[in-house]
Amino acid sequence: MPYALNVNGKSYSVDVDGDIPLLWVVRDVIGLTGTKFGCGIAMCGACTVHLSGQAVRSCITPVEDAANFDITTIEALGDAELGARVQKAWLEEEVVQCGYCQSGQIMSAAALLALNSKPTDEDIDSVMAGNICRCGTYPRIRSAIKLASSREG
Amino acid sequence: MNVRLLKVLVLAVASLGVGLATFSLGSSGIADTSQGTPDPARRLKSVSEFQSIADAGTRSRALFVEAAKVITDPRCINCHPMNRQPTQGDSMHPHVPLMNAGGGAGPGIGPDGLMCSACHRAENSPAIPGSRVGSVPGNAHWSLAPVSMGWQKQTLGYICRQLKDPTRNGNRSLTQIHRHTIEDHLVGWAWHPGEGRRPAPGTQEEFSALIGAWIETGAECPS
Amino acid sequence: MGIVQTALSGEISRRSFLISATLAGGSLLIGSRIIQPAAAQSQDSFAPNPFIRIPPSGKIEVVVPSAEMGQGVYTGIATLVAEELEVPLDQVQVVAAPADPLRYAHPVLGDQLTGGSVTIRGFWEPMRRAGATARTMLVSAAAREWSVPEASCRAESGNVVHAESGRRLAYGALAAKAAGLPVPENVALKPASEFKLIGKDVPRVDTPAKVNGTAKFGLDAHPAGVKFAAIAISPAFGGTLKDVDDSEALRIKGVRQIVKLSDAVAVVADHTGAARKGLAALKITWDPGPNGDLNSEELERRIEAAVAGEAVVAHNSGDVTAAEATGAKGFDVVYRMPILAHTTMEPMNCTVHARPDSCDVWVGTQAAGRARKTAAEVLGLPVEKVMVHNHLIGGGFGRRLDIDGITMATRVAQHVQGPVQVVWSREEDIRHDSYRYLNLSRLSVKLGADGMPVSWRHRIVGPAIMARFLPIFFKDGVDFDITGGAESPYAIANKRVEYVRHEAPEGMLTGNWRGVGPNRNAPAIEGGIDEAAHLAGRDPVDYRRQLLAGNPRLLAVLNLAAERAGWGTPLDRGRALGVAVLPDFGSFAALVAQIHVDRNGALKVERLVCAADCGIAINPTVLEQQIESGLIYGLSAVLYGRLTMKNGAIVEGNFDDSPVLRINECPPIEVHLVPSTESPGGVGELGTPLVAPALANAIFAATGKRLRDLPIDGSALRGA
Repeated sequence: MPYALNVNGKSYSVDVDGDIPLLWVVRDVIGLTGTKFGCGIAMCGACTVHLSGQAVRSCITPVEDAANFDITTIEALGDAELGARVQKAWLEEEVVQCGYCQSGQIMSAAALLALNSKPTDEDIDSVMAGNICRCGTYPRIRSAIKLASSREG
Repeated sequence: MNVRLLKVLVLAVASLGVGLATFSLGSSGIADTSQGTPDPARRLKSVSEFQSIADAGTRSRALFVEAAKVITDPRCINCHPMNRQPTQGDSMHPHVPLMNAGGGAGPGIGPDGLMCSACHRAENSPAIPGSRVGSVPGNAHWSLAPVSMGWQKQTLGYICRQLKDPTRNGNRSLTQIHRHTIEDHLVGWAWHPGEGRRPAPGTQEEFSALIGAWIETGAECPS
Repeated sequence: MGIVQTALSGEISRRSFLISATLAGGSLLIGSRIIQPAAAQSQDSFAPNPFIRIPPSGKIEVVVPSAEMGQGVYTGIATLVAEELEVPLDQVQVVAAPADPLRYAHPVLGDQLTGGSVTIRGFWEPMRRAGATARTMLVSAAAREWSVPEASCRAESGNVVHAESGRRLAYGALAAKAAGLPVPENVALKPASEFKLIGKDVPRVDTPAKVNGTAKFGLDAHPAGVKFAAIAISPAFGGTLKDVDDSEALRIKGVRQIVKLSDAVAVVADHTGAARKGLAALKITWDPGPNGDLNSEELERRIEAAVAGEAVVAHNSGDVTAAEATGAKGFDVVYRMPILAHTTMEPMNCTVHARPDSCDVWVGTQAAGRARKTAAEVLGLPVEKVMVHNHLIGGGFGRRLDIDGITMATRVAQHVQGPVQVVWSREEDIRHDSYRYLNLSRLSVKLGADGMPVSWRHRIVGPAIMARFLPIFFKDGVDFDITGGAESPYAIANKRVEYVRHEAPEGMLTGNWRGVGPNRNAPAIEGGIDEAAHLAGRDPVDYRRQLLAGNPRLLAVLNLAAERAGWGTPLDRGRALGVAVLPDFGSFAALVAQIHVDRNGALKVERLVCAADCGIAINPTVLEQQIESGLIYGLSAVLYGRLTMKNGAIVEGNFDDSPVLRINECPPIEVHLVPSTESPGGVGELGTPLVAPALANAIFAATGKRLRDLPIDGSALRGA
């Protein structure tokens, strides 16, 4: 039975098993490759997407669970003011190196700022500890989140 | 057992191909090393096995001690810490990644921006081949117990008195506590924890029966 | 790589350059002669060399031969070309070079490799020369067009301008004309005082696409009709596939095909989700092969036994044996290092379309030329028939210098109609890495009556990566990489570095790991000098200063780091500073680590203060990024990095049992750059080797416990 998905405001019908992780449906079936695969066990955060605004790890989210939500991926994050603000801060702080984890980092940061517009260092740690970066961009991620926070519209 | 859980078990069995199975049984590191199959040595005594204890109070305490095998099992107590940080695995190491579940007086569902449900979905994930995590556990009500229900590193007497204390048990009567052990979906998860995790001892029915008998015998607490 | 510093100056330099050039197929790579007319020039574009293409309209293309893996090489190379070409960076489009070592080999490495923190050192002059050559020709073309002297024209922001007449022509308009001109032999390069881009914090060119999901990594290559494959490789190194029951897997929706190889099995499906589900449903039986009984204890026993083995001398100055007899006191200690994986964020993957007469490979690789070669070999095709589409790399760290994954993907693709993307799970990625193998350093030091070292004997035991990877750096039994920098920067009259080659079990690939040789040697050297200072009753910074008097650049960074970290300020109980220095990769760096050990022995890294002299900073922000990156990568390894073996296979497999540093564990980092007019040094690996010794030295200062084994064993600090 095909699943009806709403991804970045568009409707898709995907004919896959219900237990297939959303990650692979978004990447390989729908073709939005900005969401990354890092660990497959929800330990690295590279695959983070938003389900109706909440950050989730798409690598362990079955597609059948996602069918009832508005799914947002990194490709559409910048359509909203907050997402664009986070992306801009990321560039200004020169956070990015290899960039592979950054889709997930930015999705997590946006989910944090959406609910907590003035996060403390501790708040940032509590949310961003779920996202691994092997290039070591952590100090700049922290700065960029604070910069984005300081520009709250 | 629902259909999804069945699928999980099928996959779990399927993944026990010789090479991969040998491989996921490593013993070092922080991951769970247990498997999903029940361990006969980890049974719970039935209520009838306590009938020979004549003194009701003594019997009641003995029933609680038996039921506490479940309460203090990592499958349960990992999410009943004294702070807001859950532990993981049979070694009960701090949750990785860092998790400040928040909630305080109520159940902790994760900080703003990273709810428990970001990773812990409505059901256990399918088995992950080669991973010593085995699967990512999930339940529709996945959350950290409120502060008042912290059990880790506490005596059985402390845990017992907490359970009975409406100011610390979510304002539940003993009957409600009993029903909770029978019906609660998250409590039931302890016996269906997904690939890579050892279930709590016995069965949920046996556990509930012990709690019921404990209440009937006066809900006495060990010291 | 440590060796490259040596290679760039002095005798080895000439030798390796010659060999490099030979390897690359001619003399074209030596010095300024790197610039050659492009092999293929489109009719209208101006392409005076393989690195620049100026079309009649649109952006100027800079073809970057090196892989972008986060180190900022696209920005760095584009900056060098644009500086001399006189174009703003936003008018430049960076293009990844195809696999073609004849045109795109690195001048030092002699192959189209990106590694060893040597990219900019090798291309610093050639890329500026490429830009200057193109600019000179464009000016010539304009002067001819206007019939005015060349000297009256100048290049400015992508145009040639004739000031007297106010005429101006965009480069694109001059492209056709310039293409017909001879390529000048010698062009003048700008003096540093005229740099407009070099030394400025120009925004990176690769990052806008990396914050909005449009950047394409290897895993994002989805050519039309692509299928997806999940792979299981024999867990035991050298093992083989014995039997597969695939009946259940083939029933899974979306699964198309099972590919069985001698040592692996892959499930090909419509999407990776189905492929992974199919892989989980396979019942696989492996024959573990010759290593089936091996475990970590045995590997450790073997390397311990090898210490006493026959050694070759990598460095000898003075007379160590005689000096050892005179030394008043000293120590004889062993430093040990574990097996490490690279654990790049992007797991290994490679997409291959194998056809009877040609092949396309989509991958992110640090070794494009070798990628092409291995695919050609597997398929029995001439290399020209293989096209490698190199992509952004989601973390290299040396892992993607090896092409084992490309070989494997091509072997799978051989059995698949149409393109197939082979995706390693994280577990497969960690369990089939090109590992940093076990390493052991035995250090014997004697001090004179004045407390200063009179003899320094360092015996290194570990694999010779260069013997396999770049044989020009392996000579007379000495691996220039693993022994790189082992003679230490310290002024000690009698020094001897000995090397005992000790390889991993057959079938276990070992390779280059960020920091390479210096990373293996810094813990012993910088730990050893700290031990000597302690034995002499001296302050570790003062002691180093005395021994580094003849090395002003290293001394300067030591002093700067010590000053900025507040060296000498009294600290609370349990809190201490530790220092380490590193003169390598053509750069100079010093690190002071501040740590705290509480009463329960819990270690917290509180602050890292790094001072670095990397010569001219082409882009200071990128330098700072790289140093932060190297330090954090090192810190992950020092705190957590240790893979173990059981039954011939790596036990750990994912971030649960092979943890890496997370943001909540990351200390504040300060990077202080020393201004310099020297040629740029390497920076990508500079930070990594410093972390282990600085931390261990700080722990000693705080607790009196000298930890010589990595990773740092927290349990050893209990009760300290």
